[in-house]
Amino acid sequence: MSTTSTTSTTSAPRYAIGVDLGTTHCALAWVDLSASDGEATRHGVLDIPQLTGPGQVGSAGLLPSFLYLPHADELAPGDLDLPWPAAHDFAVGDMARARGATTPIRLVSSAKSWLCHAGADRRAPILPSDAPPEVQRVSPLEASTRYLAHLRSAWDHAHPEAPFALQDVTVTIPASFDPAARELTVEAAKAAGYQNLTLLEEPQAALYNWIHNSGGQWRRDVKPGDVILVVDVGGGTSDFSLIAVLEHDGTLELHRIAVGEHILLGGDNMDLTLAHLVARKLAAAGTTLDAWQMRALGYACRGAKERLLGDSELAAQPIVVPSRGSKLIGGAIRTELTAEEVRSTIVEGFFPDVPASSRPASRLRGGLTQLGLPYAQDAGVTRHLAALLGRQVDATIDLAGFVRPNAAQASFLHPSAVLFNGGVFKAALLAERTLGTLNGWLVAEGAAPARVLAGADLDLAVARGAAYYGYVRRGHGVRIRGGTARAYYVAIESAMPAIPGMEPPMQALCVAPFGMEEGAEVELASQQFGLVVGEPIQLRFFGSSVRRQDLLGTLLDFWQPEELQELGDIRATLPPEGRSDGNVVQVRLHAVATDTGTLELTAVAIDGDGRWKIEFDVRTNG
Amino acid sequence: MNHPTPDNQARQISLLQRIPLAFSAFFSILSSPAVAARVDRLHRDDASAARPAPAAPVAALRQATPDAALQLLALLQRDARLIDFTEENLTSYADADIGAAARIVHEGCRKVLREHFTIAPVRAEAEGSRISLDVGFDAGAIRLTGNVVGSAPFKGSVSHRGWRATEVRLPKLAASHDVTVLAQAEVEL
Repeated sequence: MSTTSTTSTTSAPRYAIGVDLGTTHCALAWVDLSASDGEATRHGVLDIPQLTGPGQVGSAGLLPSFLYLPHADELAPGDLDLPWPAAHDFAVGDMARARGATTPIRLVSSAKSWLCHAGADRRAPILPSDAPPEVQRVSPLEASTRYLAHLRSAWDHAHPEAPFALQDVTVTIPASFDPAARELTVEAAKAAGYQNLTLLEEPQAALYNWIHNSGGQWRRDVKPGDVILVVDVGGGTSDFSLIAVLEHDGTLELHRIAVGEHILLGGDNMDLTLAHLVARKLAAAGTTLDAWQMRALGYACRGAKERLLGDSELAAQPIVVPSRGSKLIGGAIRTELTAEEVRSTIVEGFFPDVPASSRPASRLRGGLTQLGLPYAQDAGVTRHLAALLGRQVDATIDLAGFVRPNAAQASFLHPSAVLFNGGVFKAALLAERTLGTLNGWLVAEGAAPARVLAGADLDLAVARGAAYYGYVRRGHGVRIRGGTARAYYVAIESAMPAIPGMEPPMQALCVAPFGMEEGAEVELASQQFGLVVGEPIQLRFFGSSVRRQDLLGTLLDFWQPEELQELGDIRATLPPEGRSDGNVVQVRLHAVATDTGTLELTAVAIDGDGRWKIEFDVRTNG
Repeated sequence: MNHPTPDNQARQISLLQRIPLAFSAFFSILSSPAVAARVDRLHRDDASAARPAPAAPVAALRQATPDAALQLLALLQRDARLIDFTEENLTSYADADIGAAARIVHEGCRKVLREHFTIAPVRAEAEGSRISLDVGFDAGAIRLTGNVVGSAPFKGSVSHRGWRATEVRLPKLAASHDVTVLAQAEVEL
């Protein structure tokens, strides 16, 4: 600030920071831009100071994505103190998770899943969803902001010489996030003081981390014609992406060709399912567990599961749930988890060896549903995978320069390599089962089995990969291309005469084509909309992950139900400034794929220079 | 100084009193070796009185601060239920019940050690292997046992590799935090 020379040196970012804003954990990694050259990088993961108990601050590489809203009398003054000045009416991280286990009505969890839940008002204070009226609720947006702000403060505390706001920051999101969820993530990050911000899809971040770890070796591990399947099963979500390898002028290029649906299904569901299984066994023997013991049981089951899946010799693992009172020996509950139970529940329940033609069932499953969030109705990760590959069978057809066309008779897209990510795959057996199932499909269609791209760091790959991406974006390595992974449509009522008793037929108008690269802007010239000043215009909004060929302005009269997914409504409101209410202004729609990684729709007046943003996050139910 | 203490006053003896005392001392020293030795000692004491008395060879002992110990106890109670376990009377329980509780204690203690300490062996050699200790080895880290005679280098076999904490990561505490509360009482509403 004092001299121009220091201003110029401090305004250029010194670090590329990657932030993994996860459903269950957050992490922050960095690459030192000034000390890195080519494949030799100086990088690391930030230890995040956080409350581990009242008045106690410890550090860990992961920040549990939990927010606890204590009662005014619950804690002593100073109990929520952090190493930096902080608000004193909430806690995030380890202590929030531990406290929330005994007082769940004050715990906010899975805020990220709410952030992409189009059925909820994500800016409204709705969490915790089962809190009594006196608890001051927060919005999913606010909860996410608090996690992000905590990470920023932790960085600023550790690096006073390199303020967070001046660094290059990449925040990761599921590849399946729709435009509204992406925009809300950016809004949360901006509210948390993030300035130079870019979004990156998590499966891409995992692949970037793999490339980074390989130290240049990746060019020998993949070849033109490869299709890399990234399977990312985290604590709360399953996320898939397909990335094709091309060669252009002698250099390898990576193209993200498809992403999966948003599936709320992850490791926590698996541990919870096991815990319920054991709790049912105990209940049958006359022992019931309270919420605190259920949580202890969940932890015990996770440990036992990993041991049982890691060692095929083990037949059973003892499970001990401590009593809550001070009588430890007298009050502990003993039981066991058998290898057979883990196999039938986790391996067969979540990773069934199904044929390639199977698809997720849409019936409701008991153990997985929770009021509010749209959890996956089918727990079979492999069935969701089969659905994605089947849906994307033609994904490489129009890919210019791709040298290994999918077999003509193939019923699904044939991946040739698999990268696993997410804590679930610490149990190597689950990765083996997923790969085995996939290879069964491939062999049945006469294709070569896929190989595993090894060497990923399952917990921190996304944060590390995001930091590396910030480095790569400055021209220091290969970038994954592909643009937007969906085409977007708005519904238009057809001019056809209505038939009594039937909904008026609807047409879908393509307002943003598939694969818009960042920075691209398109104007829909063929269609005008009349906006009434002062009155919002609301349109139904759709996305398609398969209709690659639709151009801007394409009007669909008919489509397969699985081709287009409704993403909620979008809305434009013309402020009445300078116009009288009720006037109609003719506008055209513009779509911009922003550098940040969001999609922006604007209504641009045909006469004059008015330009109004169209909101994605619209409540459908008042 | 201007106000001599009563003690000093009592020792003040007048000139008239000092003359016979000098003569008597003169003859006492000449006739008695014992008196001569006492006077000699008196002289030397006077000479050394200006210097401080030689310090007694007692090393100052450190009092370890109880905060870190209490903090560790609280962590062991929270994660391993160590105080609950230790405070319970084992006599009325079967070994199987004690074993079940021991799993909780073991797993929790391990978690505390892994999270808050980095612990490495003092000697990298396998236990049972023969090693040689040169002059100036760290006697604080290595304990000689058995036939401890002769001089370095000492040759012997490692019976325990030892442990050394290479890093301690205890949670930081708020100024107001009461470390004497090892586990809060819980009251369910």
